[in-house]
Amino acid sequence: MAKELLKGNVAFAEAAVRYGLEAYFGYPITPQSEALEHLSGRMVELGRVFLQAESEVAAVNMVYGAASAGVRVMTSTSGPGFALMAEGLSYIAGSEVPAVFVNMMRGGPGLGNIQPSQADYFFMTKTAGHGDFHPLVLAPASIQELIDMMGLAFELAEKYRTLVYIAGDGSLGQMMESAELPPMQPLREKRPDWAVIGCEGRDPNIITSLYLGAKNLEAVNIRLQKKLAEIKQNETRWKEYETEDAEILLVAYGTVGRICTSVVRESRKQGLKIGLLRPQTLWPFPDTRIRELAAQVKAILVSEMSAGQMLEDVERTAQGQCPVKFYGRLGGVVPLTDEILSETRKLVREVA
Amino acid sequence: MSIEVKIPDEMELVYEYPDALTEVSSHYCPGCTHGIVHRLVAEVIDELGIREKTIGVAPVGCAVLAYKYIKTDFVEAAHGRALAMATGIKRVNPDKIVFTYQGDGDLAAIGTAETVHAANRGELLTTVFINNAIYGMTGGQMAPTTLPGMITTSSPTGRDVITAGYPIKMSEILAQTTGAVYITRESATNLGAIRKTKKAIKRAFMAQIAGLGYACVEVVSTCCTNWNMDPWEAMKWAEENMTEYFPLGTFKMTDEVKALQVR
Repeated sequence: MAKELLKGNVAFAEAAVRYGLEAYFGYPITPQSEALEHLSGRMVELGRVFLQAESEVAAVNMVYGAASAGVRVMTSTSGPGFALMAEGLSYIAGSEVPAVFVNMMRGGPGLGNIQPSQADYFFMTKTAGHGDFHPLVLAPASIQELIDMMGLAFELAEKYRTLVYIAGDGSLGQMMESAELPPMQPLREKRPDWAVIGCEGRDPNIITSLYLGAKNLEAVNIRLQKKLAEIKQNETRWKEYETEDAEILLVAYGTVGRICTSVVRESRKQGLKIGLLRPQTLWPFPDTRIRELAAQVKAILVSEMSAGQMLEDVERTAQGQCPVKFYGRLGGVVPLTDEILSETRKLVREVA
Repeated sequence: MSIEVKIPDEMELVYEYPDALTEVSSHYCPGCTHGIVHRLVAEVIDELGIREKTIGVAPVGCAVLAYKYIKTDFVEAAHGRALAMATGIKRVNPDKIVFTYQGDGDLAAIGTAETVHAANRGELLTTVFINNAIYGMTGGQMAPTTLPGMITTSSPTGRDVITAGYPIKMSEILAQTTGAVYITRESATNLGAIRKTKKAIKRAFMAQIAGLGYACVEVVSTCCTNWNMDPWEAMKWAEENMTEYFPLGTFKMTDEVKALQVR
């Protein structure tokens, strides 16, 4: 397939279609509504399921129903809508059905605004829903990576029967750049054995997150934790730029991660030994590698469009081996290359 | 536990366990009407021959374990979200029969939006709605359908409509939605009413099978445990008090639904 100029929201929606999306349920919210609009035409044209729900609460439960029936299903939203989905996310986690969610983060708290943000990090990686669970969270930094991660998201969701989120932000959803879509893939022919599709010739399948009795539920939780440990073992992903000889390590993801590649390029031109680690999975977090690098560098600078959320994971991971500093912009402001560069230079002087 | 009964040749079998009802003791309180309505649903599923192509959606509430008793594929929904979940299931399984079984707290309080919108979209779904005017599983708190003046564990001096508002009449509301084709309120408080309820449930399933639209059968029921009554007294109380506020009858039935031959 040739490269074409694509808007982020349309790109991931079309990529999902080509990766075999069978059903989409969603509710309009800026800055991701173009995805829902694109799918409203595309899915119907292909004879697949599209439904605009009455709320994100309904949408997530429609996703839960379709996932229970074993089809490739997703929704997309932004922070306020994602918050409404939290109940359903926990049920989906407890029932172990595969489902994919895209969150194009916007400024908060509350209604906030519609500018890009990364302030849903805690919510997405740690807190969205009651009970002990983690979703697998993918963090793309370009439209090409967003497209590629749609395919990966379905694959991982189905492999582990787990929740997969794509943590994008308003700028990734709204910007246009050239990228290549995958070829159209055939839909899966068979539903999984556990799906609810009518019990012809077998005992009924039950999809539930209810386990009465503390010991029963403890056993289920232990199994879930084992699965999460396996995901952590196999699916932790990140990218490194110029880390071999780095004295200062930048850690940033998504849009800010991409900005930081410019920071590395600029600072290298100025003779500064700066490297970057860009997590591509926020959960599982690249703990081991950051711990190794923390032993190598003189300091770490974390940059996010938040007040410092991933920062806590980096601090936890670095285990005090080097100072961990933070530079963030809030409320929908995107940090510029020069701002982060100047923070980096400041840090170089501090640790010299 | 399966019970083997040898029937003498000269006797005709007139009553038996429906195939779609699992042969286990239920967790319901003695005298609870859930058992009656579960059986009616199972009988209807058997009579329509749809057990292997039916998917049930259990609610949060006393019927949360409905999947242990009705022998079809089942999911357990979040509180109030049964019809949203059912929508997802039906849309990707259009050739299957999908029903929700919900109580008043589930359908008429926390799930009002999901209920009204599923009905209004005309989802090809069937709902069995148990209205016993109380939150049973959580211990007898005031429900959206608790009658004015009725004492519950969260309205200890009786439901005060000035502060708590009025009981919500869901069948009347759902009958206003364009997508609903069959909305009826029946009861499980006497044998005649139970027969009518079964017929209504059957019609509601048949409406789905015929692709006509959304159907809901509300069943005025009892909760002798949380009403602090014996089962018989509860049945009488429901007949005397519940049906005054919640009149029995069909609130919407399209000509196509009326034309269905329900035997």
